[in-house]
Amino acid sequence: MSEVSLVVNGRKVSGAVEDRTLLVHFLREHLGLTGTHVGCDTSQCGACVVHVDGKATKSCTMLAIQASGSTVTTIEGLANGADLHPVQAAFKEHHGLQCGFCTPGMIMTATDMIRRHPEGLDETTVRAELEGNICRCTGYHNIVKAILAASKTMSKASKSKAKKAA
Amino acid sequence: MYSVNYHRATSVADAAKKIKSGDAKYLSGGMTLIPAMKTRLAAPSDLVDLNHIADLKGIKVSGKSITIGAATTHFDVANDEKLKKVCPALSHLASHIGDPAVRHRGTIGGSVANNDPAADYPSALLALGATVVTNKRQIAADKFFKGLFETALKDDEIVTAVTFTAPAKSGYAKFPNPASRYAMTGVFVTKGKDGVRAAVTGAGDDGVFRSKEIEAALTKKFEASALEGVTVPSGSLMGDIHATPEYRANLVVVMAKRAVAAANA
Repeated sequence: MSEVSLVVNGRKVSGAVEDRTLLVHFLREHLGLTGTHVGCDTSQCGACVVHVDGKATKSCTMLAIQASGSTVTTIEGLANGADLHPVQAAFKEHHGLQCGFCTPGMIMTATDMIRRHPEGLDETTVRAELEGNICRCTGYHNIVKAILAASKTMSKASKSKAKKAA
Repeated sequence: MYSVNYHRATSVADAAKKIKSGDAKYLSGGMTLIPAMKTRLAAPSDLVDLNHIADLKGIKVSGKSITIGAATTHFDVANDEKLKKVCPALSHLASHIGDPAVRHRGTIGGSVANNDPAADYPSALLALGATVVTNKRQIAADKFFKGLFETALKDDEIVTAVTFTAPAKSGYAKFPNPASRYAMTGVFVTKGKDGVRAAVTGAGDDGVFRSKEIEAALTKKFEASALEGVTVPSGSLMGDIHATPEYRANLVVVMAKRAVAAANA
C-alpha cells in the first residue's frame, strides 16, 4: 500500500492504494468519478482517456501511484458548472454519440487534439488522431463532425479573447 | 495484475540501487510493461519508475550529432523542431507509434530496452548505426539487439540515451497490423558517409535485422526503382494469422521502396 496524492479536476485528493491499482480504478472506485470508462482494458479502445498533466493518457495503462503528484482532468472536470465545454456541446449538437460508452474518452481525446492543433483541424487529421479511440457503435462520422465543429468554435473563441486582450 | 511494490527513482544512481530489491523491473512509459503485467505475462515483484529523472529527458541536436534521452516520449521525438530538420524520418517514425495517448507516455528508451520484434525504433537505431548509452557503457546498435525481446543489457543496466549522427538521407515506411498497429513489416533506410543501411522490423523471426539484398540494390542506386525485381528470402521471416513469411518477404521490398521514396522526397 502507498499513499497517493494528486489534483483531480482542481481538487486535491489523496488515498491509500495498493501499488498495483490502476489510475482508472482509483478515479472510479476511490473517487467515485465513474465518467471515465473501462472498455477493453488492453490500451486499445480509449474509453479511459483522461488528461494527466495536460496530456491525453489511457488511465487503464497507468498506475495510480505513477500519477501521484500529477494534475488529472477527467470528463467530470470539463464543464464549467451548467455550461458544457465546447467539445461536449459540439458532441450534443452533432449527435456525436450513440450508446455513449466511448464518449468520455472521445471527448477527452478531442479536447487534447484541439489543444495540440491550434491552427485548426481537417477530417484526415481528426480521423488519424482518433486512432486510439474505438466506438463500438461505429458512429465515427458524427464524432468527426463534432470535433471539427468544436475546433472551429474554440479557435474563434480564442481569437476573440486575444482581440479583447489586445 | 499481481501485487507489486512501486519505487520512484530520483536519479540514475538511485534507480540502479533500487533495482536490487527482489525481482524488480525498470518502468519507463509503461505502455508495454503495464499491459504485460495486467495479463500476467510479466510479474515483477518491484517496479523502479524512471520517469521522474530529469537527466533522462530531452533531445540535443548539435550539427548532425543527436542525443535523445531515454525517457523522452514518442510525442517529443515526433514534434522536436530541431530533430525534424536534421532527421525527419525518425520524427515521422515516432509520430506513427501506437496512438496519441500512447505517444504521450511511451519512451524511446523503454522501446529499445524491450526490443519487441514489431517495435519501430529498433529498425531506426540499426539503420542509423546508433549507439545505445547506458549507465555502464556504450553499445553499438549492431551489438545491442539480440533477438526476440532480447538485448545486450544486463538485468540492472539502464538505458540512459540514444546517440547517432544524422545521415544525409533517411526514410521509414511501415505496414501496420490493422488491429494492433504494430509493424507487420517496417523498413528504415539510410544513406550516410558509411554507405547504405536498411533495417527491417516486424518481419524477422529473430527480431530486427539488416537486409543485405535491399542494401546491395540501394548501394548501386538509392532509388525505389533500384528495388524492382529484388527479392528477399522468406526462410527466416515470421508467419502468423496476419501474414505468411512469403507475404512479409514481399512487404519488405514494398516498404523499402516507400522508405527510399520518402528519404529522397
